[in-house]
Amino acid sequence: MIASAFEYHKPDTVDGVVSLLSKWGDDARVIAGGHSLIPVMKQRMTDISHLIDLGGIAELKGISIDGDKINIGAMTTQHELIASEALAKAAPLIREASLQIADPQVRYLGTIGGNVANGDPANDMPGLMQTLDATYYLTGPGGSREVKARDFYEAAYFTAREDEEILTAISFAKPSGGFAYEKQKRKIGDYATAAAGVMITIEGGKCKAASVALTNLSDTPVYCAAAVDALVGSSLDDATIKTAVKAAVDASDPVADTRGPVDFKKHVAGVIVKKAITSAVARA
Amino acid sequence: MGKTHLKMTVNGKEVELLTEPRQLLIHVLREDLNLTGAHIGCESSHCGACTVDMNGMSIKSCTVFAAQAQDAEITTIEGLGSSDGLHVLQEMFKEHHGLQCGYCTPGMITRAHRLLQENSNPTEEEVRFGISGNLCRCTGYQNIVKAILAAAAKMNEVKESA
Repeated sequence: MIASAFEYHKPDTVDGVVSLLSKWGDDARVIAGGHSLIPVMKQRMTDISHLIDLGGIAELKGISIDGDKINIGAMTTQHELIASEALAKAAPLIREASLQIADPQVRYLGTIGGNVANGDPANDMPGLMQTLDATYYLTGPGGSREVKARDFYEAAYFTAREDEEILTAISFAKPSGGFAYEKQKRKIGDYATAAAGVMITIEGGKCKAASVALTNLSDTPVYCAAAVDALVGSSLDDATIKTAVKAAVDASDPVADTRGPVDFKKHVAGVIVKKAITSAVARA
Repeated sequence: MGKTHLKMTVNGKEVELLTEPRQLLIHVLREDLNLTGAHIGCESSHCGACTVDMNGMSIKSCTVFAAQAQDAEITTIEGLGSSDGLHVLQEMFKEHHGLQCGYCTPGMITRAHRLLQENSNPTEEEVRFGISGNLCRCTGYQNIVKAILAAAAKMNEVKESA
């Protein structure tokens, strides 16, 4: 399986990428780790005449933790996210989720930016970023702008990113309280049959803040506002958790595929969300 | 869309060749450099038979374009040992019957080599998780895991006595 011919570019600045994207428009695509894009190019399911490699841009790499704010460059790989002790201390949810993505070889090259920007509903990072209420930074010909992860996804592979923009970084507030990323998959390396990210803060025996988001249970990640409403202010008793789980399952909209029919996926979603909430509560 | 001048260091030797940017690294290694140790299995980044080491990372060379390997340091199974002097991982795979048909073995050993560089004393669970990107359809993995654990122990013995 050999991809169609393309011209290869490797600029060393973000401005260089944006000017190439402006010049070639739809004929150009950026490549990060390439583990979503290259398989599609090999199957010739996409037509790309100009491939712009982001691998040479130093400013897109790295993790910085500044007080309460965590900033991650788009080209930071999953392997680097897992290896960072500072990040594991500040936001352990990232390591927990990253270890459940693909396999070691893919994680050496797969990047957080590619994972969130591609818009594949099966990717884990979009749901995780919605759990964390992260902000994405986009740069295009008109300058830079910010979009919340919860507002970024429009449909499968359609996002708020314009064709001439690239996603340069992600930031989020240092999370507190309990957390969990639970993923049901058929085997290691597989995408989720159902996955959920949960964060819970408890104060004085009551749930003070919560966040619940789903992966691969709709054509976009799903932030479950109704589930959060059910949890916040409650004492996190069994009845409340049951209500929240039902609200999350109701917010999902899976399609039947090789991972199972709709009813099965909704069933698994319920199991996974309950597990994630219970685990987050236990760690809070 | 012509050819590109590709420079890499492969198994410690500098190589230079002309290839198309779209050429896959596995094809460059096998067809241009005649290093046929790394295999093409699924060709879809699942099976890990094409695993080689690139800049200190285990990668699936069926999912890397030649152009991305510019200036890279590559180690293939040929760079780890030879028939005259097997690498300790190769010795232990032989000793513990870590292979049957052998198709996955170059990728498996190259991956195990990187794993032991990063974690010289892994648990059985860490070995299993560490090789989860490499499929073997013969052994049921038991003897592969044994071989890697034995190789880790041997390498640590050598380090201690040094």
